[in-house]
Amino acid sequence: MANSSKVVEQTAPLPSSMSIIAPAVGWLVPGTGHLVQKRYIRGVLLMASIVSMYMIGIAMEGHVYTPNGGDLLDMLSFLGDACAGGLYIISRALDWNPGLITKATADYGSKFIVVAGLLNFISAVDAYHIAIGKKQ
Amino acid sequence: MQISHFGAAVLYALFASIVMGICFKTTTREMIRYGAYSFAMFVGGLIAAGWAMWLLRH
Repeated sequence: MANSSKVVEQTAPLPSSMSIIAPAVGWLVPGTGHLVQKRYIRGVLLMASIVSMYMIGIAMEGHVYTPNGGDLLDMLSFLGDACAGGLYIISRALDWNPGLITKATADYGSKFIVVAGLLNFISAVDAYHIAIGKKQ
Repeated sequence: MQISHFGAAVLYALFASIVMGICFKTTTREMIRYGAYSFAMFVGGLIAAGWAMWLLRH
């Protein structure tokens, strides 16, 4: 009897469905990974920051990278862009890519878009940590 | 949309600091303190780098 209770104590708890849902929706729509876990202020702040950063990048005529860039830096930039999830999908679907970069602000815009994606990835990981109970 | 280099860097610092503060710390107080610290470091580094480039140029 004592052995069976010891086995039960040592067994790791099964991950809840939230540990999959939160990072997934957090990746798709920035901040929603926190919103679905009732962290409303954090979720709204993350959403406002990441969406603003991405949209300012688009408004500055930043480049939205595609997977077949050819150059290594282009591929890494594509990974960063793709981390923005739904924002990246919308910008590709609506063809918000202005094409060639012709001015300095457009180069800043490209960096804004990549960093917005990377921040969204950090946000989704944070939502996962909250879901598994590693963070409050 | 036209933003100056400084304006773009300050906006970058603001958004990155908010996300870093929320994601890297656990309590609300720590989040605010870390976010403010990150923002100060970003903007301070920006100004220091600007003066360093000015000194190299002159």
